Amino acid sequence: MAKYLLLKHYRGAPTPVNDVPMDRWTPEEVAAHVQYMEDFAARLEGTGEFVDGQALSPEGTWVRSDGEGRPPVTDGPFAETKDLIAGWMVIDVDTYERALELAGELSAAPGAGGEPIHEWLEVRPLLGAAPTITE
Amino acid sequence: MTPVDEALLRAVVPTVIGVLGRRGADFAAAEDAVQDALVEAVRVWPDDPPRDPRGWLVAVAWRRYLDAVRADTSRRRREERVEDEPEPGPAATADDTLQLYFLCAHPSLTPASAVALTLRAVGGLTTRQVAQAYLVPEATMAQRISRAKRTVSGARFDRPGDVATVLRVLYLVFNEGYSGDVDLAAEAIRLTRQLAAAVDHEEVAGLLALMLLHHARRPARTRPDGSLVPLAEQDRGRWDTRLIAEGVDLLQGALARDRLGEFQAQAAIAALHADARTAEETDWVQIAEWYDELVRLTGSPVARLNRAVAVGEADGPRAGLAALAELDPSLPRYAAVAAYLHERDGDPVTAARLYAEAARSAPNLAERDHLTRRAARLNTERRG
Repeated sequence: MAKYLLLKHYRGAPTPVNDVPMDRWTPEEVAAHVQYMEDFAARLEGTGEFVDGQALSPEGTWVRSDGEGRPPVTDGPFAETKDLIAGWMVIDVDTYERALELAGELSAAPGAGGEPIHEWLEVRPLLGAAPTITE
Repeated sequence: MTPVDEALLRAVVPTVIGVLGRRGADFAAAEDAVQDALVEAVRVWPDDPPRDPRGWLVAVAWRRYLDAVRADTSRRRREERVEDEPEPGPAATADDTLQLYFLCAHPSLTPASAVALTLRAVGGLTTRQVAQAYLVPEATMAQRISRAKRTVSGARFDRPGDVATVLRVLYLVFNEGYSGDVDLAAEAIRLTRQLAAAVDHEEVAGLLALMLLHHARRPARTRPDGSLVPLAEQDRGRWDTRLIAEGVDLLQGALARDRLGEFQAQAAIAALHADARTAEETDWVQIAEWYDELVRLTGSPVARLNRAVAVGEADGPRAGLAALAELDPSLPRYAAVAAYLHERDGDPVTAARLYAEAARSAPNLAERDHLTRRAARLNTERRG
């Protein structure tokens, strides 16, 4: 088994096929989209491949240390930041092919007009623990 | 095989901790021993149910406690004292339970620690159940609980505590709702009932009334797909009239004592909503007056924000927007309230923009989806 992170981007991914912002959909289209996501996660729980799924607020802050004894410095959001993570799902699957297959399904969530969004999702392998036997 | 009555089992946990405490066990050790006894009970009782569940738990927990003390070499000198079989001592009383509430809501604890400790020591939940309810790993929750116990380890059982701190903890538990397998709203109601039985206090009654009145609306609050239904659109036939009646009774008894507090004021607002057979019949003028009381009692920005909604319903959206203009726009849910008032004021363009903005800063998915749908509806209607 190997774990993969399926990353959904608010910004920074290539433009999806069906590119209409959510608040321009009909309420029924929003409901169908949410239902699709929930059904997808529930099905993966059923197959034992679901690890975690979280959505992130688009609002964020940049923070860095300003040296010992001083409060941290905050800044941002930076306008030139190209990428904005919307959320993630962590799956635990047998093969890389299976991870791609699932990401493809998730990308086909319905959007405006009930048509699949075909949004680009990023699939990133999680770095696991080193194996005990390496030879 | 008889299934274990988990509610009964959990209900006696505080008194069993109390008995061990009176026999000389410190709180942290007593609480650990009772957790062990609970786990043992779940294992043994189905095949061999005890005649006296509480007596059984006391006996097993006390044995566990002695074993732990014996195993703890650093406490060797204290062994001689505990080797003597203790006097039975007076039976545990409601006072024990009350002291436990105070201890678990000790002012030195962070809210998260107080909540976790209360659920385990007063509620009798296992660490796993508490972890599940708060969606954190079990190891994390175990650490949170043991740190909390270390923090209060110096606190004695016999000091009167502050009811207000306990109420805030129970309010937090109730508000966490029912995301996991553990129904925290129901658990908060059970713990508040137990507290109301142990202490005669108008704000305890007020909080219990508030919980019951909110819990009564639960069946109508979400659609089968999990989406939120706003109060105005709820099917009031699905509200639980029995819970409403109980909540209103409790509230009237509390208000009659003429010592108003924030939970009574919140319960009064919930009762006024429950009184209206349709959304149109809601007595918004009275609700706005109760929000004035709540603002006076707490100064809370959230109360001021809700007051703006009530004023908007009582005196029209312009009045609501004027009340809103006095508040800090960075308040959580400010944009959602502004959107609603602009929608009522017949400005769908501004309302849709604000709903979309509110969705972007929503604190949870259910609210985000709800606000997105409202923006979507206004935008769809405009397009015709």
